[in-house]
Amino acid sequence: MAEYQNIFTRVQVRSAHGEPGVPDMQGDFPRVGGITFSDLLGRIGNAQIGPIYLGYLGTFSLIFGVLGFNIIGFNMLAQVNWDPIQFVRQLFWLSLDPPPPAYGLAWPPLGEGGWYMLAGMLITLSILLWWVRMYRRALALGMGTHVAWAFAAAIWLFLVLGFFRPLLMGSWGEAVPFGIFPHLDWTAAFSIRYGNLFYNPFHALSIAFLYGSAVLFAMHGATILAVSRFGGDREIEQIYDRGTASERAALFWRWTMGFNATMESIHRWAWWFAVLCPLTGGIGILLTGTVVDNWYLWAVKHDFAPSYPTMVPPAIDPAAVGGAR
Amino acid sequence: MSVFRKEPLLVPVIGLAVAGFAALGGWFLQVPSTKEQLGYRGTGMEQVTNKGTAKAAAAANVLPEAQPALTPEEINGPKASTVYQNVKVLGHLSEAQFNRVMVAITEWVSPEQGCAYCHGDSGNFAADDNYAKIVSRRMLEMTYHINESWSNHVGETGVTCYTCHRGNPVPQNIWFEEPRNKHATRALGNDNGQNRAGVEVAAYSSLPYDPLTPFIEKDAQIRVIGTEALPHGNRQSIKQTEWTYSLMMHMSESLGVNCTFCHNTRSFSQWDQSRGPRTSAYHGIRMARDLNTAFLTPLKPVYPENRLGPLGDAPKANCTTCHQGVNKPLAGQSMLKDYPELAKSK
Repeated sequence: MAEYQNIFTRVQVRSAHGEPGVPDMQGDFPRVGGITFSDLLGRIGNAQIGPIYLGYLGTFSLIFGVLGFNIIGFNMLAQVNWDPIQFVRQLFWLSLDPPPPAYGLAWPPLGEGGWYMLAGMLITLSILLWWVRMYRRALALGMGTHVAWAFAAAIWLFLVLGFFRPLLMGSWGEAVPFGIFPHLDWTAAFSIRYGNLFYNPFHALSIAFLYGSAVLFAMHGATILAVSRFGGDREIEQIYDRGTASERAALFWRWTMGFNATMESIHRWAWWFAVLCPLTGGIGILLTGTVVDNWYLWAVKHDFAPSYPTMVPPAIDPAAVGGAR
Repeated sequence: MSVFRKEPLLVPVIGLAVAGFAALGGWFLQVPSTKEQLGYRGTGMEQVTNKGTAKAAAAANVLPEAQPALTPEEINGPKASTVYQNVKVLGHLSEAQFNRVMVAITEWVSPEQGCAYCHGDSGNFAADDNYAKIVSRRMLEMTYHINESWSNHVGETGVTCYTCHRGNPVPQNIWFEEPRNKHATRALGNDNGQNRAGVEVAAYSSLPYDPLTPFIEKDAQIRVIGTEALPHGNRQSIKQTEWTYSLMMHMSESLGVNCTFCHNTRSFSQWDQSRGPRTSAYHGIRMARDLNTAFLTPLKPVYPENRLGPLGDAPKANCTTCHQGVNKPLAGQSMLKDYPELAKSK
């Protein structure tokens, strides 16, 4: 018998003409794009595509985002002398870099970080507009604004990296370059410059929430799949009308670890873990260089970095003992 | 997936097959290597050596056979300066020592081109009309300078011409200033001296592609990490850190070692947690800078144009010039014991 299981499904649930959604509300723009179906998408989710709501916010967000994206792309293309083959070959190495630190918070010439500032502003504007759009669409559907606030946590980290921290440090040059490997170089150099981010407690918290999110996601997904044969994948119904799926899932975790989240609270666990990851991470970044200059020495000062025996033979700083040339 | 319902054994069978295949692949793909613990347990300080690389390095660092040793009479014979004309650097050697060194240099530097590479075809060995002779005279002075003044880097091992030349008139691992990209000074397309694929000196990373000019030709600040827990006026930026990072990648690549050969990576800057080789490396950077500024760069007017770099600068030395992938050049074997003539300039 054919069964309905997303991801490994041979059956796709589609209405004859698609679901148009709730009727247009007053003051809203019309939805665009009509309704189409995708068999491939139907295998991993809902087969229906559209209609899409863009509105002012979505349209301007896309325009600013595409502009910023293109500034980055054309800068990269110019760096390889407009050679499309080299552009593809070196794409992971290429970058649009922030201005040299000498400019401080002044506006640099285009070729020395000006393009970076423009692209950064456009992309920031695009992201902020997209946030407002998510917030307003949630209200339009009578939903809570949880998605928007979770997105805001990520935006907080983004703004700390590219705006708040450079502002406090007095140099736009502190911001993160737009490039695949270069932004990783920046990350490594950031940790090295400030004496190893490993010893930054907020960095540790952020990682705990990051890995915790993955564990919670795996636990929750596995639990629901495991009780879906009892109707557990209808989570919302199970929240207000506990069935055997909920009972078995709860019992399973009480048996194995003595405690269980509830059908409702597990989603708050997951939401807070996910949101706290960039929230704490952003605090850690914001403190680095502004409040703490060397996290390793800070950890030594506060007695949580272990001390090891001296190396044999030990290194001696020639600059410290004098006589070095 | 009803097929798994009908045949429940399929799941473990497929699982085992996948695991087995992965294990087999891992066994075939493993890189034979040796690991040596370099620091306190738990700090991850270990040197991982690829056996194939080590084998190739051992083969590449076999010393050439030394010229026959001289008798005391030959060593105490008449000075080269009295026998030959225009001997400016090696005049303190006896005639026999001088000729022995000349034969060795030919073997080390121009085995195919012979004496004529420096002395020309005129037969007048005293003439200074060939640029290669002017350069080699300065290089002999440089060799003496290294052996006499840089023992904190080269120790008692010292260097000879062969340390860099290895049978090539121009050492294989020299460097030139790297030109910036074409659009560097225009409004669009400035690469800031970094973000380029395939740069060996930066260990193929996207870090700055010429860390040598600021650090081992000029003396830009290498230290970037704060020396106190709280802000104390250290204005070194993340960008400057990337330049230092690139220099470190060059050293790692040149010496065939990873970061933990010198550093405890939990705190790169702390000297009391670093290994001894870091002190040698410190002097090595200063030595390379000294050689580049005092000997190699000033030779620029002597060279013909085809010996100069794309920016018209003279060929220079970096860590790779001598080290060539091993942490001690020529695997730490000293050639000075066979060639005491090159140890002292007087």
